[in-house]
Amino acid sequence: MSTENNLKGRQVVIHDMSLRDGMHAKREQISVEQMVQIASALDAAGVPYIQVTHGAGLGGNSLQHGFAPHSNEEYIAAVAGKMKQAKVSVLLIPGLGTMKELQSAYDAGARAVHVATHCTEADTSPQHIAFCRKLGMDTNGFLMMAHLNTAEGLAKQGKLMESYGANTVYITDSAGYMLPGDVKDRVAALRAVLNPETEIGFHGHHNMGMGIANSIAAIEAGATRIDTSVAGLGAGAGNTPTEVFVAVCERMGIVTGCDLFQLMDMAEDMIVPMMEHMVRVDRASLTLGFAGVYSTFLLHAKRAGERFGIPARDILVELGRKKMIGGQEDMIVDTAMTMAKERGLLKEIEI
Amino acid sequence: MKKIKCALIGSGNIGTDLIYKLQRSPLLEPVWMVGIDPESEGLARARDMGLKTTADGVDGLLPHVLADGIQIAFDATSAYVHAENSRKLNELGVMMIDLTPAAIGPLCVPPVNLKAHAEKVEMNVNMISCAGQATIPIVYAVSSVQPVGYGEIVASLASKSIGPGTRANLDEFTYTTSSAIEKVGGARKGKALAIINPADPPMMMRNTISCLTDDEPDQERITASVLAMIKEVQKYVPGYRLVNGPLFDGKRVTVFMEVAGLGDYLPKYAGNLDIMTAAATRTAEMFAEEILAGSIQLKSLEVA
Repeated sequence: MSTENNLKGRQVVIHDMSLRDGMHAKREQISVEQMVQIASALDAAGVPYIQVTHGAGLGGNSLQHGFAPHSNEEYIAAVAGKMKQAKVSVLLIPGLGTMKELQSAYDAGARAVHVATHCTEADTSPQHIAFCRKLGMDTNGFLMMAHLNTAEGLAKQGKLMESYGANTVYITDSAGYMLPGDVKDRVAALRAVLNPETEIGFHGHHNMGMGIANSIAAIEAGATRIDTSVAGLGAGAGNTPTEVFVAVCERMGIVTGCDLFQLMDMAEDMIVPMMEHMVRVDRASLTLGFAGVYSTFLLHAKRAGERFGIPARDILVELGRKKMIGGQEDMIVDTAMTMAKERGLLKEIEI
Repeated sequence: MKKIKCALIGSGNIGTDLIYKLQRSPLLEPVWMVGIDPESEGLARARDMGLKTTADGVDGLLPHVLADGIQIAFDATSAYVHAENSRKLNELGVMMIDLTPAAIGPLCVPPVNLKAHAEKVEMNVNMISCAGQATIPIVYAVSSVQPVGYGEIVASLASKSIGPGTRANLDEFTYTTSSAIEKVGGARKGKALAIINPADPPMMMRNTISCLTDDEPDQERITASVLAMIKEVQKYVPGYRLVNGPLFDGKRVTVFMEVAGLGDYLPKYAGNLDIMTAAATRTAEMFAEEILAGSIQLKSLEVA
């Protein structure tokens, strides 16, 4: 009860991930027409930031991460041209995307960016964060797999990103592993060290069913930006569902500026019908959350499992044990092959 | 036996590991270590290992080049200062092995093209990147069997093995490696991805190489070519090991490699450090053999 009172009147900025994280759930196969249709509906519903790229961001088109039917620039330009109020944002992971791609994304109309590193490797992002600020973009430092670092460790990493020029620092629960207490500790530790004008964001995955609860916990600890996806369209069991989050915010008196009924209709009439599989907590996505594995690994593990005769859950648990992180999708097939050899299902090559 | 005297520029992870490699070489002798911080750990270690040191950058080395008979220099600083370092040393007739992503000279992957560079007496050769050294031999092994339209490599590196220079300049690493997959590996288009993993204990360097062949891949010949290439690399990096593959998937050929280091300066997980320094040492040895045999003579470049 006291919680609801505390948050009454708080302003929160929603950053929608349906057209970026959602690409993972669609094996990167969303057409330009679908992107424009969905982004226009989000824009009309008052969502202020809409992320639009390949699931792995700029530079993501690859054998490692799959090829989308169109280039990032084509998606960005098509969507940006139609926005009335929303800003188009992109994801950039140093080591995958480069400043050349940032420049061309900006030229195509992107005005906000998540610059993402693993939660302990913020010092791989100084060039890119500084470059985004120079371009005048809304620049978010995005600390992925944040459950693998302590609150104090994340505070240091966030401070580094702030020093490079990030105006927002995100706690990113890429594995959907965190519980509300974990989120609160981490956001509070960041709040304690960042400059007052630097914002804090939270990006959740719903693998343990905690998307909404974790986002509210983040707001309680001082976060002002929340990443969400309509109907949860995102990797693993999906992101914090936009329409559910907005409904909870309305009940709690948190101000998002978004139209709940329009988002509900979008979820039901537009997003759910385009899902290739129901994005929800199931055996494999729950395994991700429980074992602390990168959500994007889900579909890769299912495919590798079918090919080499190893249950996807076994592969995911092994990847968690080996502490594989985002971007190491190649290690999924590698791990499946090694497990298949151990189980006598695959022959060792004769050297 | 006479050895060729060498200078090392940059006293970070790579420069320090090179001392160990060069001290074991029958053909090379590390004489100078060049740094920029008199208090640096790297310079202190170099002194302990018997090298002369200067903290005044390359300019601190120049007055001693002729007197100490330096003929080969290794630059492990950064892309930004390499060109200037190289110009100054080339003027004095010192051959430069570039371990930065500057790549102003031809790109060198020893089992693919070292011999050709030595025959041409190149005064500056570039070692691309650790990921390039670990993956381009495999791309070349595939592309020498049949045309490769696209080559993509993913390098996973232990966080503890990546120094501050590489971290702050990941884009240069990406550009240099991607371009070398094309120029040296023989793929018409190349792409390089790097992932830095902080797992503790640190993970071994892993590399996944994927090639798209124009036509159906000849599985038998590609497998034989890849295995033969792995043996070539193992001559100077014993910990270069096939983990899985070649895996054939339509026109896609995928090879999963691991690189264990020798554990000289950093522990064995830092195969990325080793493959770079071992390739650079191998390159210098090839030039040294030719110099000692009198078949090539380094000369100072005419600088306009």
